[in-house]
Amino acid sequence: MSSRWKRIGLLTAIAAALSVAVAVSLANAMTDRAGSAGAAAATNLTIMGFGTNGDDVAKTRYALAEKAVGGGVSAPNGGFDDQQFLAAIAAGDVPDLVYFSRDKVGTYAARGALVPLTSCVKSHKIVMKQYRSAAVNEVTYKKRVFAIPEFYDVRTVIANLDVLAKAKVKLAQLNTKNWATLKTAARKLYVASGGKVSRIGFDPKLPEFFPLWAKANGQDILSKDGLHPHINSPKAVAALQYAISLINAQGGWNRFKAFRDTWDFFGKGNQVAENQIGAWPMEQWYYNVLAGSSPTVKIAALPFRARNGKVINYETGSAWAIPKGAQHQAAACQFMKTMTSVNTWMAAAKNRAAIRKQKNQPYTGLSTANAVADKAIFKQTYTKINKYFDQAVKTVLDVQQHSFYIPASPASAEINDAWMNAVNSVLTGQASVRSALNKAQAQATAAIKNAQK
Amino acid sequence: MATVSRAAAPGPGSRARRWAAGFKERDTWAAYAFLTPWFIGFFVFTAGPMVASFILSLTDYDIISSTQYVGLENYRQLIHDPKVSLAIRNTLVYTAMTVPATMAVALGLAMLLARVGRAAGVFRTIFYLPVMTPLVAVGVLYLLLFNGSFGLINRALEVIHIQGPFWTTDPHWVKPGLALMALWAVGANVVIYLAALMGVPQQLYDAAAMDGAGRWRRFRDVTLPMISPALFFTFIILTIASLQTFEQVYTAFFNANTPTGTDAALFYVIYLFQQAFTFLHMGYASALAWLLFLIIGIVTVIQIVLSRRFVYYEGER
Repeated sequence: MSSRWKRIGLLTAIAAALSVAVAVSLANAMTDRAGSAGAAAATNLTIMGFGTNGDDVAKTRYALAEKAVGGGVSAPNGGFDDQQFLAAIAAGDVPDLVYFSRDKVGTYAARGALVPLTSCVKSHKIVMKQYRSAAVNEVTYKKRVFAIPEFYDVRTVIANLDVLAKAKVKLAQLNTKNWATLKTAARKLYVASGGKVSRIGFDPKLPEFFPLWAKANGQDILSKDGLHPHINSPKAVAALQYAISLINAQGGWNRFKAFRDTWDFFGKGNQVAENQIGAWPMEQWYYNVLAGSSPTVKIAALPFRARNGKVINYETGSAWAIPKGAQHQAAACQFMKTMTSVNTWMAAAKNRAAIRKQKNQPYTGLSTANAVADKAIFKQTYTKINKYFDQAVKTVLDVQQHSFYIPASPASAEINDAWMNAVNSVLTGQASVRSALNKAQAQATAAIKNAQK
Repeated sequence: MATVSRAAAPGPGSRARRWAAGFKERDTWAAYAFLTPWFIGFFVFTAGPMVASFILSLTDYDIISSTQYVGLENYRQLIHDPKVSLAIRNTLVYTAMTVPATMAVALGLAMLLARVGRAAGVFRTIFYLPVMTPLVAVGVLYLLLFNGSFGLINRALEVIHIQGPFWTTDPHWVKPGLALMALWAVGANVVIYLAALMGVPQQLYDAAAMDGAGRWRRFRDVTLPMISPALFFTFIILTIASLQTFEQVYTAFFNANTPTGTDAALFYVIYLFQQAFTFLHMGYASALAWLLFLIIGIVTVIQIVLSRRFVYYEGER
């Protein structure tokens, strides 16, 4: 065969392969469309931000909620994406339901992108009292509720008892009420050699937990109406100065963060199992991570206390909302009611407990924004694990009633960005605490003013 | 002589007449028919959105609420916005670091590849593979490789008794670290330079050698001029890409899970993205986009003007 015919043969084979690939792709695309059309026969409820590839708790509740609306729910995988949401609005292809972080509610509600849930709550007889008040307040803007709260993140101090014992530090020394004692304990727990940190004593969790430290010093960084920031108040300045001094006492930000970035946070070799940390404030879901990845760790949970000794909990979480222009608002309302109902949470909790039992892993319960559901979950599904996890679970439940939140604001995103940037610029040595927080205050004030135009 | 030149120069009228006359030919219609898909794509997906973004830059627009015409207010605002000047400065410094470094390393590797003969194909593939890594993954990789205490880069420096800096947290070292990380994708330029090097006629080197030119002289007076069109092309492309850097820096410093974005890492497109999709200031973001377009346009024109002195096109002489 001549080389010319060989080339022609090769090209023909490539063309044939490409044709088959294109035909298969087209056939798949048409099958997908047919599947969507089939689903459309029922409700055709579209959801953004909540995929069907979540964990067992998400899947169980999704199945029940889908059944409640008569099927036909489309929930593409992937978390909430502002860009995707805005593009959908611009294209007139508004989803019926969005699932996102509660701190987004203010920004979108102020711009009229969300439907107030007054009639949804009334027509579907949603009992708002069952939800935790802090979570409901977080999704309330100008006295109207714009979302139904779902999960409820609780922050307590996780202490590594093995590390404490080695460093001869008592649990009482980690009381966040006594700042001087806490710093001394942090220094004792901290280990470094050759300029490298090998154990962090106490991690104040900056920049994310700045609102918690400010509150501990008696300052809310935003007023209840979401219109007046207090980012640079003397109490907030003092709180940040102290939190940063904790890091400076443990090698400084560069070394501190370089070490923190190496942790196997979700794995068996996590920072608690490897004794790489003494204590740090953290969301309650991490107890569940520890229970799954390293159930033999010896931990204790401490409530985060303000300087006046009162327990405080900085709560955040997720929520469901209906965007303006949604085509199936009644179904959307039913869906989110079901997703956050006591029965649905109970079903998910029972399933989670069964799965954990099957895997011989401890089950630490769920932390939802539905107080009635939480009560039932822990009464009916929780079984004792060991003294460490049992104490942690009890502490999480106890602190829930002491929650505070960052109120919904028309400029939530800009306010968050302002204080987060301020803390980062102090951490990296680019600004002093006072000047950084002054700048953040000015930015937040201007953003609120601009959003109110 | 001057009279002849003037008479020979085609004016705009004659050019238009020639263009119109072309339509008498069947081939011209065929050519335009084949070009039509590109024209449609250009007008629908490039020119149209550009015009729309210019109109939006004159408005206060958040997609959700009604649009309000604000004239040049957004442009006035960006002149006084300290973050715009910071972002421009950061981006230009990063570009000044990245472009020469990428070109130099790519050229060095291409020259090595040009010498290895048959094995060049394998190495070419190996060098090109990182180009296919998603930029988001590059951002994560950057945090691991450049970790100040435990990263591979600093561990390697320790071997030669150099205490590496805190690349990811020290504001002075953030941009140099990112510029070094940009070398990850040097393979694309290696391939271009290798093709250019292969096209340099051997007789030019032989002639230069006969004239007594050493290795450096042959590189400076033969290689560089002969591959200057390729160098110029990559210079322009790399400059534009660096001025538009986004994904890897956003992943490393600004995503929700690692909210440690320092001012040192605030690049222009990141600020533009934040204004558009975090703060919902679409009008202002559009004005920012037009300013970037203007900056890129000016930089490119300067590069083209300078290139007339340094780029040698064989066909023109």
